[in-house]
Amino acid sequence: MNEATARESFSRRTLGWVLLEFLGSMNLAITLLVVIAIASVIGTVLQQNQPYPDYVLKFGPFWFEVFRQLGLYDVYGTGWFIGILSFLILSTSVCLYRQVPNMLREMIRFRTQVQLRSLRGFHQHSEWLLPGRDLSAVLTAAAGVFRIHGYRCRSQDYGDHWIVAAMKGRYNRLGYLFAHAAVVVIGIGGLLDGNLWLKLKEWRGEVAVETRDLAARDVPPVSRLKPGAVPAFRGNVMLPEGTAANFVFLRLRDGYLLQELPFAIELQEFRVEYYDTGQPKSFVSQVRIHDQEHLGDRPLEATIQVNHPLVYRGYAIYQSDFGDGGSKLELQAWPLSGIRWEPAEVKGEVGSALGLTGSSGSLRLELDEFRLFNLLPEPDARPGDRKFRNFGPSVGFKLRDAAGEAREYLNYLMPAQLEGRWFYISGVRSRPGDAFSYLHIPVDAKNSPERFLKFNARLHDESWLRSLLGRPTLAAENPDLRHDFDLVRLNLVGLFIQGGFAAVSERAKTVVPADRLQEATMLYLNILRDTLASVFVEVLREEGVNVEQGIGEREDAFFSDAVSALEMLPVYGAPFYLQPTGFQQVEASGLQVARSGGTGVVYVGFFFLITGIFIMFYTSHRRLWAWLLIEDGATRLVLAGTGNRRQTEFAHEFAGLRMDLTRRLGPSEPVATVPVAEVSLPDAPVAMPVAGSRSTT
Amino acid sequence: MAVTREAMLEQWDRPSRWRRPTVWDVLWGLLAAAGSIYLYWLYRSYMDGYEVAIQIGSTLALIAWGWYWKPARPFALAVALLAAMALWRYGADFELRRSDFLLKYFLESQAAFMWMSSLYVLATVAYFAALFGRSEFVGKTATALTWCATAMGLTGLLVRWRESYLLGTDIGHIPVSNLYEVFILFAVITALLYLFYEDRHRTRAMGGFALLVISGAVGFLLWYAFERQAHHIQPLIPALQSYWMKIHVPANFVGYGAFALAAMLGVAYLLRLGAETRRPDGLLVRVLPPLELLDEVMYKAIALGFAAFTVATILGALWAAEAWGGYWSWDPKETWALIVWLNYAAWLHLRLTKGWRGAPMAWWAVVGLVVTLFAFLGVNMFLSGLHSYGSL
Ligand code: HEM
Repeated sequence: MNEATARESFSRRTLGWVLLEFLGSMNLAITLLVVIAIASVIGTVLQQNQPYPDYVLKFGPFWFEVFRQLGLYDVYGTGWFIGILSFLILSTSVCLYRQVPNMLREMIRFRTQVQLRSLRGFHQHSEWLLPGRDLSAVLTAAAGVFRIHGYRCRSQDYGDHWIVAAMKGRYNRLGYLFAHAAVVVIGIGGLLDGNLWLKLKEWRGEVAVETRDLAARDVPPVSRLKPGAVPAFRGNVMLPEGTAANFVFLRLRDGYLLQELPFAIELQEFRVEYYDTGQPKSFVSQVRIHDQEHLGDRPLEATIQVNHPLVYRGYAIYQSDFGDGGSKLELQAWPLSGIRWEPAEVKGEVGSALGLTGSSGSLRLELDEFRLFNLLPEPDARPGDRKFRNFGPSVGFKLRDAAGEAREYLNYLMPAQLEGRWFYISGVRSRPGDAFSYLHIPVDAKNSPERFLKFNARLHDESWLRSLLGRPTLAAENPDLRHDFDLVRLNLVGLFIQGGFAAVSERAKTVVPADRLQEATMLYLNILRDTLASVFVEVLREEGVNVEQGIGEREDAFFSDAVSALEMLPVYGAPFYLQPTGFQQVEASGLQVARSGGTGVVYVGFFFLITGIFIMFYTSHRRLWAWLLIEDGATRLVLAGTGNRRQTEFAHEFAGLRMDLTRRLGPSEPVATVPVAEVSLPDAPVAMPVAGSRSTT
Repeated sequence: MAVTREAMLEQWDRPSRWRRPTVWDVLWGLLAAAGSIYLYWLYRSYMDGYEVAIQIGSTLALIAWGWYWKPARPFALAVALLAAMALWRYGADFELRRSDFLLKYFLESQAAFMWMSSLYVLATVAYFAALFGRSEFVGKTATALTWCATAMGLTGLLVRWRESYLLGTDIGHIPVSNLYEVFILFAVITALLYLFYEDRHRTRAMGGFALLVISGAVGFLLWYAFERQAHHIQPLIPALQSYWMKIHVPANFVGYGAFALAAMLGVAYLLRLGAETRRPDGLLVRVLPPLELLDEVMYKAIALGFAAFTVATILGALWAAEAWGGYWSWDPKETWALIVWLNYAAWLHLRLTKGWRGAPMAWWAVVGLVVTLFAFLGVNMFLSGLHSYGSL
């Protein structure tokens, strides 16, 4: 990497040497730095360690497989990435191996052998001719000035001339050693803490990733790791309140391993505290550690919080997540598709599934989550307006049909006020990750969704509709016409409940000639709206509302909200509306347990890295020479200097030094001095054409 | 070997490693220490042991800063006085910010930031005017404007710190917890770094370029405040409730600030290089700073940035070890910090060991800022991860 070494080594060019040369070369080092930087980008752009089906959905089966082969779902754990990292460590080690002897030599040697020519070639040099001056006096003066500036000196008598060689800041060279050794140390420590051990065990066939969804006790031995089987791991466990576990799961690619712990963690209580604004303030797990061997019968009590882990026997336990530990839910299922509206009671626990059979085949109801608070942006806030509202408890569930297709729902327990009116809200989406579409069920006078559901049921009830339409007040004069008209109205209602207003317009297109389409559609929609209104008024009447004077503003608003909700029902896709009515929350705390044997090593590396970098940047190894010679009753003094970093600062120092020296030497004839103060040099590696020594940079 | 002579000389000429402190140096140290002790006495009930240690460390750093660089003293004093005045006007009533004249129009954090923003923009204009108009007076004005803007920015941050406690003691925290706050920190730190180099190299020619990136940050800040209402003080999410934030974030922003400065000098370098080849006697060549100067300051800024960024990343790793269960998780923010770091490591090696100079290094410094900006902003905007608190 520098000419001198290269030349010297040219003669012994063996394979080993070529390899060493390659590994220690600066070009390789820089290439590796850039390649690692670029490779690291992949893992930040592509979300890592997601469930495999999500990737299949995203990329399609072909690219999914290609990316899987390349290890892109866990880039930082793949062989090739760890390979390049190891290469950098190796390259840095080789660099150290080759540089350190030079550096140490540089630190010790004063370089008293220099040529006058090379001194005169330095950027910083200066020359005096001192008539009638004694050489030893000049030497004393020069060495004295060097010392005042903090330099250490050696002088050497060469018979015809003297040389004073001085240097300071030699510890700068240690900076290189510290920083680069630290890179190696951190790299090795990091690799030790990575999943290298697991990979090794997997490769030797000692463990196999489990991909099935099993209870902990059913995980087969080949997917279990005994305590201490690997020196470093990071695993997770979700503990419901009141339960304990002596294992964690290590996520690996599309599956997991079970790591056993030499103690059990019991979660007594998990709490979330909130600020007045409703944002979470702290997540706290109250735990007990049970360890017969070390604690006997008296468990260790501790609290674990974000930023305040518990370290027990070298295992660090962190608060990392929280969830539901099987909250008990009470729900009411209001039918949406039949002629009945009375709700059925449903009870279940979060995490459990219920089989339901109904008119539309069998369905599986999977109760997925319960949330006590839902702090959401105000629906009518401007974007960026940081206004939040607590929408109260919610239940998330899936409805899965016989074919396995599922829709996801999110139903709120309490009605919410939107634009001044109250609604029960239910979100639906058919693909995870999509945004929810919302069904807004208007709330009736009894604070219940009942009126809407009854309205809906009545629209499904053909015989009831017929009897309503048949009433004299609604009848036209001519019985035949009336019959036709009623049929049209029934058909329209039927179309509407199956596909909303859109279905009505669609149908119009198939039965009406194009030139009268618009007119006819308008007519149909008006008739439909009219019919819906009659049904609604009847529903109100049945409820006991006095409708003789027409309906009030509130009912009017209810009606249009109800119609909007009815329009949404065909895409809502559930045969019932599941209203959460009661709950008993059971929380679960997600704990992460980690053990990393390399931490100490890495921290030592950190210390040396910082120290080394600051030494390298903010000190410099500087050398000065005074070359003295008796010349016809005068003394000639050549002063020169060089530093390996911070050239501008050195130029200033040299200028000061020259001034000090001039003052001490008294009247003289300055010869060819360089106006030092004006020179501003870049920190170029200054060539040091010095006999018998090698440059190091 | 003239060993005896050297032994003799040793007695006369002792190197003086330390400049002898002047009365002012001593006074500065005492004043800073006294101020710090007073603050401790006022706010000790909010601090734990780590935080006291951080306060002691910062006080020592402040004293050293003032010793190393004289202009830091009047600056720190002015900021301390302004902040003290604001705290005195506030007392314990946050609502005074709407009614007290001095607070409302000058010292309340939002008002202070507005002053900072407008002064920075004015300073940018003034620097360029001084550059092209070759006016010493306008140049001095630009420097003064930059100092004032920076003082208002830092005062605003200190006042906001107190305001967050006035809002509720459980809400109180150092204002480096979200993108809005750190953008102000960024502007202030970048300006201070620039002012340091301006003073040390005795030239104002780089000012316009440095202030351009600060004005950019100010533009973002204003948009963020007015369009996204991001200026409201928010309580801290649990992940950020740690003393580590106080040191990790500022260290990071010394890095970001220095890299941004280097990139702007890279721009100036490229402009001048282009002008030199195309129109060697043109206006640009006459007014822009010389290439060697730009190159040197660019190197110094990157070296400082690299050192600070190393410290910041390591502090981040130590924090992560405490909060997330491991010092390294390959979280997008962490990974991008590594990318930035490796990028500048490569830059430094090319320069020092391969002796590269000129246009390629300047281009690289400019591209480095793009990478840095992505780490600082892009990650929060486009990627999700454990650092997801700073989203737009
Ligand atoms: C992550 C890896 C590395 C980091 C963070 C790193 C960091 C540094 C830093 C900060 C400097 C000082 C630059 C300056 O003063 O401008 C430096 C110098 C140097 N580095 Fe590295 N380095 C790394 C890898 C390597 C490798 C692999 C090699 C060998 C090929 C190497 C060889 C050198 C040499 C020879 C110097 C000059 C030392 C001197 O003259 O004092 N570095 N390094």
